Amino acid sequence: MKMFRQIGAVTGMNFRSLPQRVSTSLVVVIGIAGVVAVLVSVLAMSTGLIQTMENTGREDRAIVMRNGSIAETSSALDRDSARLIVDGAGIKRDAQGEPILSAETMRILSLRKKEDDSEVNAILRGVGPKLQQLRPELKIVEGRMFQPAVTEIIVGKSAHAQFKGLNIGDVVTSRGANWTVVGIFETGGDAHESSLMTDAETLISIDKRGAFQSVTALLESPAAFQAFKDSLSSNPGLSVDVVREREYYQQQSKTLSTIISVIAYVVGGIMAVGAVFAALNTMYSAVSARLQEIATLRALGFGSTAMVMSVLAEALVLALIGGAIGALIAWLFFNGNTVSTSGGGMGQMVFELSVSPQLMILGIVWACIIGVLGGLFPAVRAARLPVAMALRAV
Amino acid sequence: MTALVTLRNVTKSYVRGKQKVEVLHGVDLSIETGEFLALMGPSGSGKTTLLNLVAGLDQPTSGEVLVAGDRIDQLSRGSLSDWRARHIGFIFQFYNLLPVLTAEANVEVPLLLTSLSKSERRRRVQLALELVGLADRARHKPNELSGGQQQRVAIARAIVSDPTLLVCDEPTGDLDRQNAEEIMNLLQALNRSQNKTIVMVTHDPKAAEYASRELHLDKGRLTNDARRAA
Ligand SMILES: Nc1ncnc2c1ncn2[C@@H]1O[C@H](COP(=O)(O)OP(=O)(O)O)[C@@H](O)[C@H]1O
Ligand SMILES: [Mg+2]
Repeated sequence: MKMFRQIGAVTGMNFRSLPQRVSTSLVVVIGIAGVVAVLVSVLAMSTGLIQTMENTGREDRAIVMRNGSIAETSSALDRDSARLIVDGAGIKRDAQGEPILSAETMRILSLRKKEDDSEVNAILRGVGPKLQQLRPELKIVEGRMFQPAVTEIIVGKSAHAQFKGLNIGDVVTSRGANWTVVGIFETGGDAHESSLMTDAETLISIDKRGAFQSVTALLESPAAFQAFKDSLSSNPGLSVDVVREREYYQQQSKTLSTIISVIAYVVGGIMAVGAVFAALNTMYSAVSARLQEIATLRALGFGSTAMVMSVLAEALVLALIGGAIGALIAWLFFNGNTVSTSGGGMGQMVFELSVSPQLMILGIVWACIIGVLGGLFPAVRAARLPVAMALRAV
Repeated sequence: MTALVTLRNVTKSYVRGKQKVEVLHGVDLSIETGEFLALMGPSGSGKTTLLNLVAGLDQPTSGEVLVAGDRIDQLSRGSLSDWRARHIGFIFQFYNLLPVLTAEANVEVPLLLTSLSKSERRRRVQLALELVGLADRARHKPNELSGGQQQRVAIARAIVSDPTLLVCDEPTGDLDRQNAEEIMNLLQALNRSQNKTIVMVTHDPKAAEYASRELHLDKGRLTNDARRAA
């Protein structure tokens, strides 16, 4: 109780003298705000990516690729394999009794970003005729569905927003083929919204690559996955990997989100070291400016713990202000911003930065650590001050 | 009479660079309750050093320091600061008020180390300020007060917790003659009417005249002990 009163009294005096130390204190606040803003906004990128990927794919859909393929792009399935997969166990059937699946193939299209005209690689996905049964989340929001055999495409909402030349009626030229945009679709904010889609058979016939890359099947239920997988693995005519669609997309984003997180922590860490030194410098000068006061209080009987705590409290408050400002900046300027990135075999992917409350708390925790590290040595100096000597130095 | 302060064969050395310099050489001293002692001597003779030992601000190199029944040369640094809070009221040459606090808040500072309630603290602060004649300046900051007024606030701060011993290091050293006389009258009144034991370092013979006893320190040795009739 007495201890808290001591700490409170000394801390109160420190804060009342803060106005005389605004500029040095601002250095700490701004420095820490910068660290937290960078850390939080870069991490928001990986959080956003993970969120987008977690939205992509369902538990009751499975994706089949050639054995050993890491991604669809490096997989190939010939027509015989595709036919065998149709007979797999546990695939949901439509009203006509036909299995609901889509044999798909992908091409890279070179497009330009609206933002800065830079060249990007977008995915053109060739899909089967049961696309809309397979992916009920896919909705045409403008125009209409493509027709098979006539080089028509539909474009995802994000792709339409980010890339040039994807309005309805526009023609996208690639490898001699002219694709006409006839519709715009959304898929509930998942990764597919960054891609373009057309009829798989048309795509294959145009560049005469006689193979699919993957087959995605809708299962009777999530629990049917094991039966489906087993039936394909035990088929001697097939050599394929079967994964749940959701797992596949999570796996695809993992490397990229890890890289982004590492960058965030490395850059944030380097900046944090700088901020620790700024805080150290500020708190040292705050202590030096008050040596006489500290010595007087010590003479009157205040303990060294009160001195340590009051310096730490000041550093912590400055850090908290900085941390809160930094987190707020990240949230105001970056939350919901879209970025596009390529990686993980996904082609150009568009997703939203997500400055979650957890991230903001993480940023503020970093701020506090910086504050405590920066305040610790000056605090110890205040506590160790030889009182008799300091009282002489007027 | 009981000795409130007893020093036995006290030495104090400082290390300057690689050299050890002894500034107090075997000092023996006894101060009784109710005394007003003026410690005189030329600059550099060790007055402040001796005062700091009596006040528990510093530890002797050797010898015993017994104040208010405690061997303070044997106390740890932590318990020494608690001890100071209980027993010592400080008056400094340059007042050492906290610039951000008002006069009354400055006077209240030592009471924050006690378990007194807020209203009790306020009452005592008011009393102390009245005693030094500054009740009407309670809300002023130190930089809004004259030197003499600041020193009176400092005296109020020194007596507010009713310490066993008042120690003053050159309390009039920064004041003009008239203010110095006012301060000395105040200290003398505290000694006479409230029976406060005071140890005051000064090199001003005029200030020393207010004391009941004069001691001279020369190059780290006590000489010439003189008592005055009250
Ligand atoms: N912390 C210290 N380190 C080294 N020498 C000191 C220290 N404090 C005081 N001294 C020396 O001790 C001597 C006595 O100082 P002091 O007690 O302040 O004298 P006075 O108060 O009588 O002027 C002086 O020579 C001074 O320089
Ligand atoms: Mg001195």
